Amino acid sequence: MNESAFLEYVQSGGQVETGDWMPGDYRAKLIKFIEMHGNSELMGVLPEREWILRAPTLQRKLALTAKVQDEVGHSQLIYRVVEDLGKPREQCLADLISGKAKFHNVFHYPTKTWGDVGVIAWLVDAAAIISQKALLKCSYAPYARIMKKICWEESFHILHGRDVILTLMNGTGEQRELVQEAVTRWWGPLMQFHGNPIAKDEDPMYVWRIKSQGNEEARQQFLDGYVPQIWELGLTVPDPKLRKNDDGVWEYSEPDWGELKHVVTGHGPKTQERLDLRRRMLEQEAWVRTVVLAEAA
Amino acid sequence: MIWEVFRQEKKGAAFAHAGSVSAPDAVFAEAFAHEQYGRRHESVALWVVPRDAIHEVNDFPDELLKTYHRVDGYSLKAKLKEARERAGTAAD
Repeated sequence: MNESAFLEYVQSGGQVETGDWMPGDYRAKLIKFIEMHGNSELMGVLPEREWILRAPTLQRKLALTAKVQDEVGHSQLIYRVVEDLGKPREQCLADLISGKAKFHNVFHYPTKTWGDVGVIAWLVDAAAIISQKALLKCSYAPYARIMKKICWEESFHILHGRDVILTLMNGTGEQRELVQEAVTRWWGPLMQFHGNPIAKDEDPMYVWRIKSQGNEEARQQFLDGYVPQIWELGLTVPDPKLRKNDDGVWEYSEPDWGELKHVVTGHGPKTQERLDLRRRMLEQEAWVRTVVLAEAA
Repeated sequence: MIWEVFRQEKKGAAFAHAGSVSAPDAVFAEAFAHEQYGRRHESVALWVVPRDAIHEVNDFPDELLKTYHRVDGYSLKAKLKEARERAGTAAD
């Protein structure tokens, strides 16, 4: 098979296994994309981890702990897929803590209040699930297979997030204020989350059928699914231009692409602090790996 | 070391491939597989197998077009029609 036959194969719905021939560019794009996903799962637990000890009830602590375990588990599954494509997990972690590899913009921001925890689990996870569902038909079959399990677990996260939000909204005025402030804080990063509105036929991730929808399609799906849910609770979104046109397309103010680029290149408000924590942990637990691997050898 | 994990969703069901875990030995592999593929009771049993122990076979040539050992090798419709007509039991 050559590159053009391969392209035609994946574009007509064909799937590829680990041992199959694939163009070098396809393999490189897969590694970069899937590694970034793995990094995001691993870094994505940190904003929530900060709230485990401060969660308002025992039930919430347990749910948050379970969610953190899920996300770390996802990163393990995803790094396994990357390893089979040729990049070892140790190398992924080294590139992550050195700042060479990227992770999603939303995980570079602080979790200021319990309202942020709710908004992360509800809206950030909702945005993430839309992206992840577009990977269920990924042309690289081992990735598509683990996405099934990941999406299954994510559905609990969204419900947990909605439950946190509804509880706050049914509480005191102060609690409702907490949610509104968090929605206002997260709106910008949420609108940037699915990336610039590049035409899908020019997006290499779509061309190779690594993902099955374009960036703007994903954002429209997010707006269509969640803006009505935000509005029905009496919450507002900090964008006076936001509205659904008669043709069903959502109109909105241009997201701040400069902020997106600045944040994902290592300049977010919490980027360095969270990478420092990962570095410290890797260093602190190094002896465990040494002992376990020595015993197994 | 890489271990492949197969899981059984309910008693009596076939074990299906679930994914893989990286672990230094069988004890860790079982623990990781248990957490990764069974902690929400989505499995009733797991098989945890060293990847090297799996032999993949994926070449199934059919040069002789052996349709005689498959159901699609037998088209009975026309013969049945003829037989029914012969017996006088064909529907009008």
